[in-house]
Amino acid sequence: MKKWFKYVRPYLLYFILGPIGIIMEVVGEVIMPRLLAIVINNANAGTLTTGTSMGVMGLMILTALLMMAGGVAGSYFGTKASVNFAADVRKDVYANIQRFSFANIDKFSTGSLVTRMTNDVTQVQNFVNMLLRMTLRAPGMMIAALVMALILRPKLTTIFAVSMPLLLLSIGAIILRGHKFFRAMQAKVDGLNATVQENVTNVRVVKSFVREDYEIEKFGTANRNLKEAGMRAMKNMIMLSPVMTIFMNATVIAVIMFGGPIVVRGDMPVGDLSAFITYTTQILMSLMMITFMLMMSSRAMASANRIQEVLQEEPDINDRNAAYRDLTVQKGSVEFRNVTFRYYKTSEDAVLEKINLQIPQGATVGIIGSTGCGKTTLVSLIPRLYDVDEGAVFVDGVNVKNYTIENLRNGVGMVLQQNTLFSGSIAENLRWGDENATDEEMKQAAEYAQAAKFIESFKDGYETLLDQGGTNVSGGQKQRLCIARALLKKPKILILDDSTSAVDTATEAQIRKAFKEDLADSTKIIIAQRISSVEHADMIVVMDDGKITGIGTHDELLESNEEYREIYDSQMELRKKEG
Amino acid sequence: MARKLEELQKQYNSASQQLKNMRGGRGPGGPGGMAMRQAGKPKDTAKTIARMLSYAKGYGGRFIGVLCCMLTTTLTSLIGSYFMAPIVDRLALAVNPNAEINMSVFERIADSVIQKILASTGHPSDAIMPYIAIACILLATVYLVGVATTYTQARLMLSISQNTIEKIRNDLFSKLQRLPVRYFDSHPTGEVMSRFTNDVDNIDMMINNSLTSLVSGIITLIGTFIFMVTTNWVLTIITIVFIPLFLLGGGAIAKRSRKYYAAQQAALGALNGYIEETVTGSKVVKVFNHEEICEEEFMLLNEDMRNKQFGANFWGGVMGPIMGNMSQISYAVTVGIGGIMMILGKLTPGGLTVFVTYTRQFSMPVNMIAQQMTTVFAALAGAERVFEVMDTPPETPDAENADPMSNMQGFVVMKDVTFGYVPDKIVLKNINLYAKPGQKIAFVGSTGAGKTTVTNLLNRFYDIEQGTITIDGVNIKDIKRDVLREKIAMVLQDTHLFTGTIMENIRYGRLDATDEEVIQAAKTASAHSFIMRLSDGYNTVIEGDGANLSQGQRQLLNIARAAISKAPILVLDEATSSVDTRTERHIEHGLARLMNERTTFIIAHRLSTVRNSNAIMVLEQGEIIERGDHDDLLAQKGRYYELYTGKRELA
Repeated sequence: MKKWFKYVRPYLLYFILGPIGIIMEVVGEVIMPRLLAIVINNANAGTLTTGTSMGVMGLMILTALLMMAGGVAGSYFGTKASVNFAADVRKDVYANIQRFSFANIDKFSTGSLVTRMTNDVTQVQNFVNMLLRMTLRAPGMMIAALVMALILRPKLTTIFAVSMPLLLLSIGAIILRGHKFFRAMQAKVDGLNATVQENVTNVRVVKSFVREDYEIEKFGTANRNLKEAGMRAMKNMIMLSPVMTIFMNATVIAVIMFGGPIVVRGDMPVGDLSAFITYTTQILMSLMMITFMLMMSSRAMASANRIQEVLQEEPDINDRNAAYRDLTVQKGSVEFRNVTFRYYKTSEDAVLEKINLQIPQGATVGIIGSTGCGKTTLVSLIPRLYDVDEGAVFVDGVNVKNYTIENLRNGVGMVLQQNTLFSGSIAENLRWGDENATDEEMKQAAEYAQAAKFIESFKDGYETLLDQGGTNVSGGQKQRLCIARALLKKPKILILDDSTSAVDTATEAQIRKAFKEDLADSTKIIIAQRISSVEHADMIVVMDDGKITGIGTHDELLESNEEYREIYDSQMELRKKEG
Repeated sequence: MARKLEELQKQYNSASQQLKNMRGGRGPGGPGGMAMRQAGKPKDTAKTIARMLSYAKGYGGRFIGVLCCMLTTTLTSLIGSYFMAPIVDRLALAVNPNAEINMSVFERIADSVIQKILASTGHPSDAIMPYIAIACILLATVYLVGVATTYTQARLMLSISQNTIEKIRNDLFSKLQRLPVRYFDSHPTGEVMSRFTNDVDNIDMMINNSLTSLVSGIITLIGTFIFMVTTNWVLTIITIVFIPLFLLGGGAIAKRSRKYYAAQQAALGALNGYIEETVTGSKVVKVFNHEEICEEEFMLLNEDMRNKQFGANFWGGVMGPIMGNMSQISYAVTVGIGGIMMILGKLTPGGLTVFVTYTRQFSMPVNMIAQQMTTVFAALAGAERVFEVMDTPPETPDAENADPMSNMQGFVVMKDVTFGYVPDKIVLKNINLYAKPGQKIAFVGSTGAGKTTVTNLLNRFYDIEQGTITIDGVNIKDIKRDVLREKIAMVLQDTHLFTGTIMENIRYGRLDATDEEVIQAAKTASAHSFIMRLSDGYNTVIEGDGANLSQGQRQLLNIARAAISKAPILVLDEATSSVDTRTERHIEHGLARLMNERTTFIIAHRLSTVRNSNAIMVLEQGEIIERGDHDDLLAQKGRYYELYTGKRELA
């Protein structure tokens, strides 16, 4: 709770004024029956005059207008409070995500972060809104009505002492039971939706294996299960209204039964009895509202916790210990010294184990090995996307932890395996590499990445708008755009993580040529599946299961490294035959 | 350089639209969970309602039951309120015997019933306590009947709605399975999904809540009106005079609220679109030190949202207090005029007590009906879209004398095949080829050259208009479609798996395969070793679309799934593109065995994969420009040679 106060404080006035408006409305609501009682009592006593009637009417209209004003003010300030609250929370969550390291992101997964920022924030916002406008209203109403009832006839209120706990208990029991049923139903709903989604995306598979009837039958079962779960949940919920009605009416009857004699004795005017009955309904109704609110709040609390998790998450890679704040990457040599790394700090198997590797400035290094052997992890340590567990990584002889993250990453251009392009024009996307790049520089980078030709073939050239995720360019084109984006950074160290897999061999060769001739000074580290992508490298690193099993040139490795030879044979069989 | 707000709004609003289409479901939430549902107005309301009713056929009895229950419930609640009148009036008489009480029709009836019981139990007619006791017992009975009918009605309605919805869902899904592939090309997943989620949910909500609320609202309205008129017609007129005022005020607020709401939804769309994209791509953001620019752009959208959201929430929220308190004013006027009428002796205190209760009851259903109409229209529009899917023509049915092809050899001939997905855009032109049983035919060419299309025609995902395709001499249009597809095993480019165990996923290829056969198939596809390394082996449950497996592993499972089927024709469409080369080499033997017994069509990106084919077709812009085996083609020094030696780019 204290953690949330930070977002309340700037809007404290709204947070206070909102409920005041609502309370105004509530007070009016309990005054109304009291005013009616005046008319009824006077009528019964035969003392009612036109003046009294009109006076009461005037008072009631005034009350109604004040209530309206209170309600509108409550709505105004309540909305101001909740909207600003949510906007500030969103701002902070987003800002914190921007400071996250890759490890922080992995911990939550990007999908979950998106949900937390959108759905969960909305949940909490709606809850705050409801809290300000409804939740306070119900207890306020209950208290006000109780007070009025007490003023009218303290003894009669003892009836509530019996009926209120009973009502609370039975509604609570139904809701609690319902919770379980609804969770079960939601799981079935999710399952059914997943089945539909799967069948729509897999329509070709279903059809090619002629599994339509099989799927229909499977769906039918899932659908029936959902129906049954839904029935269970709803059967429980439809108990609510009858149970409520019973309690409400029983209480009203009790009030009449006990109140009647008092009236007959002449101790209470009849009008007061009907006012009392109105209060009874108001009290029990608010009690029910409170129960519902509590139920709703449990969902909001879950969301609130999920947001706090993100807000509380400490970015685990930061500049705090950077010794050389102004140092930038000048040359681009890299050294791994005894590096060990685990993604999960508790797991026994290390992803990288005791890696030692030296890469001189300007070298072209190829890294090859089967999926999951740690290639990506290894290169991720250079721009400090992750921090090593043991050992150290040096760039230009300086431990990467001693650079500021900004300076380090400015010196390292990396094309990730999951390359993402963003909504916007091609030019905007490329300028991610260097926002101040001239058109010439941009075209040059595209040229090197062999992207210039296809970009210029588009009607709008560099101004062509990319859809989200770059779905309107082919896989190979996307990869080349990502390379161009990284090249625009003019990095001292360029890392390509399997970034040419969708680019055909010929184009890849041209990219390689450009690297060699035009980026001679930069250190280039290339992870690849194909031998042809790395065979001309100055140095090839063969990895297997988190370890380096061989370092050398193509020819050396063919001689000495069995694994390399195996990969090579599988790919080059034919060429050898022809050669 | 951070972009400007307008630019961001333009880009991300459309982006979030697309995303919604892709993902389907509810979209990224927002306070407008409701508004994200496609609303809109139904086009042919009468027809849609008639069709909805046809689903409720067989529930006629239950419907009548529901209606009876509703009538009883409403009646009991009205009578319940009415019993207060004689109680209050008799109490007043007891206190002040000289008071003049002028009861209304129903009050007199209620009073005389109580009096009769009072007499039959041997009490004098002015015994006030027994009178109240009897009134309370009657009241309790009425309430209990009301409770019983409320529950029965809800229970009946529940079974009607749940069964109807189940049937609609089943029908919709069955229909989906019968739709041609072409349908899914023009309807994104999200759109189809929203038929199942939003539209069916809306229908469900309508049947379950709105329908009953609407009907019971109308009954209450009429009932209350009758009771009001009989109690006091002057006060009734006053109440009615206020109704147009309500509607006017409500309408004015609703109009404003809708306007602001639309603006908020647009802002929300842009904001959520931006969050989706930059948070999902946050690793790239970090690699490029782009965090500050993202924060700046986010701030712009967030501030915009802050402003728009205020307008929408305020106008939405102010509706309740204004409308509610307007009915308080009508209540006040009723009390004032009622007071004067009591002075004139035209109304009893009990009558006024009851009447003001009715005044409140009267404004409630008016508001409720207005609210429910929105839901009903949304549901009808949803139902219309659901029926639209159900009315889409399915795949053309088999001819009556369609060939069951019990012993297919796999001799495939394509003759002069010309095809386009849309009429004026030809994708394949004059394709001629033949493949003898057991032969391997490969297709090479750039993206969009038509490679995948060729295989799509073979299994009749699309029907050709020009040319013929025959298998064992029979035109594929004359073969039973199910048989045709069963005889062609496909390993598709996109690796699609189903939620379920690995065992089940492989067995998808042939449902009656034994566990041993499944394992054998997995071994053929070189999937056995990685499966055994998973925590539950073959019983490992694959989540979603195989998200817990690597792309390469999923491809291996796809191959195993094809391997288990006994189809004489095999299509490999980029089947090993994500498998690393070492593993690919391992499965080569398995694949070779697989292909040996079957006529195989191979589409591959890596030219090394196709070199052993009997014939390689080089496709360009829908035409076969070169054909022959690997050596022939190299000797020709044509396009294949250029591609192979790296002189030309394959886009």
